[in-house]
Formats: sequence, structure tokens, C-alpha cells
Amino acid sequence: MKVTEKDVAYVADLANLELSADERTRMVRDLNSILGHVDSLSELDTKDVQPMAQISDRYGVDESKKGSERFAYASRDDVKEGLRTSFPTDVALANAPDADGTFFKVPKVIER
Amino acid sequence: MDLTGLTIDSARSAVAERKTTATALAEAFYAKIEADDPKIGAYLILSKERGLAKASEIDRLAEKGDKLPPLAGMPVGIKDVLVTKGIRTTAGSKILGNYVPPYDCTAVTRLEAAGAVVLGKLNCDEFAMGSSNENSAFKPVHNPRDLSRVPGGSSGGSAAAVAADIAIATLGSDTGGSIRQPASFCGVVGLKPTYGRVSRYGLIAFASSLDHIGPFGKTVKDAAIMLRTIAGRDPMDSTSAEVPVPDYVAELDKPVKGMKIGVAKEYFGEGLDAEVRNGVEAAIQRLAKRGCEIVEVSLPHTKYAIPAYYLVATAEASSNLARFDGVRYGFRAKDVRSLSDMYRRTRDQGFGAEVKRRIMLGTYALSAGYYDAYYLKAQRVRTLLTRDFEDAFKRVDVIVAPTSPTAAFKLGEKVDDPLAMYLADIYTVTANLAGIPGISIPVGVTKEKLPIGMQIFGKHFAESTILRVANAYEKAA
Repeated sequence: MKVTEKDVAYVADLANLELSADERTRMVRDLNSILGHVDSLSELDTKDVQPMAQISDRYGVDESKKGSERFAYASRDDVKEGLRTSFPTDVALANAPDADGTFFKVPKVIER
Repeated sequence: MDLTGLTIDSARSAVAERKTTATALAEAFYAKIEADDPKIGAYLILSKERGLAKASEIDRLAEKGDKLPPLAGMPVGIKDVLVTKGIRTTAGSKILGNYVPPYDCTAVTRLEAAGAVVLGKLNCDEFAMGSSNENSAFKPVHNPRDLSRVPGGSSGGSAAAVAADIAIATLGSDTGGSIRQPASFCGVVGLKPTYGRVSRYGLIAFASSLDHIGPFGKTVKDAAIMLRTIAGRDPMDSTSAEVPVPDYVAELDKPVKGMKIGVAKEYFGEGLDAEVRNGVEAAIQRLAKRGCEIVEVSLPHTKYAIPAYYLVATAEASSNLARFDGVRYGFRAKDVRSLSDMYRRTRDQGFGAEVKRRIMLGTYALSAGYYDAYYLKAQRVRTLLTRDFEDAFKRVDVIVAPTSPTAAFKLGEKVDDPLAMYLADIYTVTANLAGIPGISIPVGVTKEKLPIGMQIFGKHFAESTILRVANAYEKAA
């Protein structure tokens, strides 16, 4: 599978990146180089192997239970007031590039 | 007294016995940072006000004759991917160049609660993505052992600071080797704990199922002291494990005689530098002399680790880094036409080349039509790689291997070849995929006086065991 300029433009769009013409050319080269190496995975027959998304799948689980019960160690009762107090609005907004004291401000959403 | 040359063990005693003060210690480190760091580049920002306030708090306790906490007055540095309340935290990225977090990372909270003095924030590859620290948006780090060479990455600043005596110990993060490889390049001890051993709350996420926080120290004992402080369940991180934290320090000197040390042939194959191989083999012989039994084991899927890792890591990264959109924090591009234009330009201008490359690779691996062939395939291979370790650990207590196929390379040497850079992680990534603990310790130098590192892997939550073996090697030196 060769990655083309068109693929790069499509994926950049999904990732909310624009990329300059130079960056796109380099990205085609780099992705093909890396994916060329990655293709070795197809040598392995994995049809009977379960995918592993998390290490905690491997330990701590109570195998005698079903579903999410197996991960009971990671559960706790609800804490009504939260584990920590929520930030006041001014603290939450302090790092915002643009805010009006109550809300984050962003450029207009609808493009003409 | 050479204050900056002390280990935690000796400096803690000096403070407790009133031979020095926490303030004198902090000031000595700040003076050495000012003198030496311009040529190294380990620190991005100093937190003098907070550090000196903590030091004087410790000194007041000492004057009153109160019992001092375990890290009383110990001057530490923190990798800049761990958030610190009121102290700018950038993750080495322009996109977070002006970010001042409103909260502290749990690991930092625990260090300070134990009396540690935070000197400042340490340079790293942008969002911890890199193996040479050359991806920092601010400046590269130079290896204190040879300034023309890289310190490794991504926790290059954390390793270099310990090697250069400009922090007594430091915290780093390790997603594919980012603690162990720089520890190896700089000739210090670096420990990646078991996944879930240390809370990730307050760690700026790169790949959540692979990210770990861990310590750097001058000695194995210092690494054990640091780990003991930061380990343990944290309700703020649901993946932190409810597993009791042993006293790693008390268990260090237990005998290693009769212990089974696995050596996997897959870690000594093509691509391994001859001097590194000789150094690691000599270290294995030294463990044999201490009464350990050396057993050959096989980790047959090792050659698939890099491809599997770079798919899983980049897929998770593409998702985690979606939050950097110029709305709530960080950099926002100027002169934009619309919201979507703002997102794109902010990310285009805010992220560096390697971060964009990984977002692109991860997005590609997750995109419709490729998900099964790439992401799902990599997750299945992750199971195979984890089973390799599980099978091997039925026969041995620990597995030893080189940390990196070569000693530190030159700045600029691999910067234009991302695949060559990725292959520098060939011996470290599997421990992240499997979540097992690994420690890198210095085991000698090459003819050019560059440090060689050896890794010791253990079973899940067997940090005590790998620390014990590491300590036995160090003591035999």
C-alpha cells in the first residue's frame, strides 16, 4: 500500500492540519518509509489472537467475574462533590487565548 | 562539602545531621545550574520561588528538631510534561508555550509532600516524542558526557540534569523508552515502573496505554527512594493499581544468589554495536559471579515490536493531541477566517515536524479502511509480545538486555531519518507494550568514554526484584 499525496491531504484534513506543500511532500516520503517497515506485521497470523488495548487487561482482573465486574478494583462509589473541587470560572479561563469572563471565545463557526 | 555531587542518601543525612541546610543545598544547585546549564540546556524554566520556599520550610522543621520527611530538602527536577501549578508547563511544545497549569501532577505533589525541593522544569522532546531531545521546540539538550552528542530522549533534560549534577534526582516519562534510553546515554540510573504503579494524573498525555512516569537517580538506591515516594494508587487515575507499595529500599540488599537471569538472544542480534554488546555481556558475567544463574530465553516476536509500537503509540497520540485546538489553553494562530481555519492554523503553527508526523501516521492507522490492517493488527501483535514475556518469566526472575543498540549518537545524525530514529528504541518499546517494569543502569563506557546501559526487566509489579539485581551489580562494581 503506497501513501499518495491525495491520501496525505485526506488524512491531514481528518487531523485538522493543513500542512504546507513542502510538508506534504515530506510526509508522503516519511509515511511510506515507516509504513514499509510496519508491513512486516502482515507476516504474522493473528486471526486467533485477541487484540490488547490496555495493560490492565492483563492483571488485577477477577477472572471469575463477567464484564466490567472483572475490573472491580478500579471502581469506587460516587463522590457527590467530586474528588476535587471544580475550578472557578476565572481559573478555568485563565489560559484561554480569548475569553469574556464567562465563556471561551472563538472565531465565527459558519463559513460563507 | 561538594553539595551538588551528593546522592539523595548522603544529602538527606547531611540535612538531618545539620551539616548543611535545605536552603544551602538548593542555592548550591541553582549556582551550578547558572554556571553549567547554558552549555547543556537541561532546564526550560526554574521555579526558584517555590523551591526556596520549600527549602526554608524544611530548614524550619530541622531547627525545631522535628522529624524530617524522607526527601527533606532534596533538590529535584521535573520533566516538562508533568504539570505544575503556577509554573509554566510546555511539554517542549510551542503550542503550550504560555500554559500555566492550575493544578499539580500527583507525582510532583507526592515528592513535595515528602520534602523535595522542585528546582525547575526539564527540557524534553515535544510531547515526549523523540529519542534524541532534538524535537524540543525551545532548544536541544547536549549530553554532559560529550557535548557534541545527544542525551537521548525524550526525557533528555531529566537524564542530563542528573549526569551533570544539576539535580540530585529527576522525574521523567517513558512511553517507548524515554526514561531508559536517555539514562543509558547519560550514564545514570533510570526506572520505568509497571503500568499502573505510578499515577499518571497530571502527565500531559502522549499515548495513554503506554505512558509511564518514573525516576532518574545517580544510584539504584536513589531511584528506589524516588519510586517509593511516587508509587501507589491515586483515585485521580483509574488505571493506577490497587497494589501495595513495598519498601523498595529495605529490599535492595537482599541476596541475589540463585536468582535466574534470562538473556534473550533476540536482543543481541544484528544492529547491536560491538562495544555495547561487550559491555552488557561483561555485566552479565558479573551477575553470574554474584551467584545468579544465567538462562537463555527467547522472545520470538521482538522484531515486530517497533512496527506494533509505532502504530499503537501514534494512534493514541493522534487522539490525545486533538485537544490542542487553540480554544482553552495554549497558542492560537492570528488572522483566521473561521473556527475550522483557526484549528488548522493553530495546529500547523503550534506543532513541530515530528508531532505532525505522528499525528498523521496515527490518524492514517485509525482511518476507515486501514483500521483493521494497522491499528487492530498492532493490538493483536501487542498480545503476542506480552505473551513472549509471560512465557519467559515462567522460567526466569528477570531478563537483561542492552538498553540501546548504540551509545549516544551525534546531534543532527538521525534528525532527517525518522525511521532510523525510531529504530533507536528497538530494545525499549516492548516493555511499554507489555507494561512490565524496566530499569537501565550504567555498565561501563566505550573507547570514546560514552556510557553503556543495561536494562533489567521484571514481571508486573516486580520493581523490588529488578532494583535488587541492579543494586547487586552496582555494589559489585
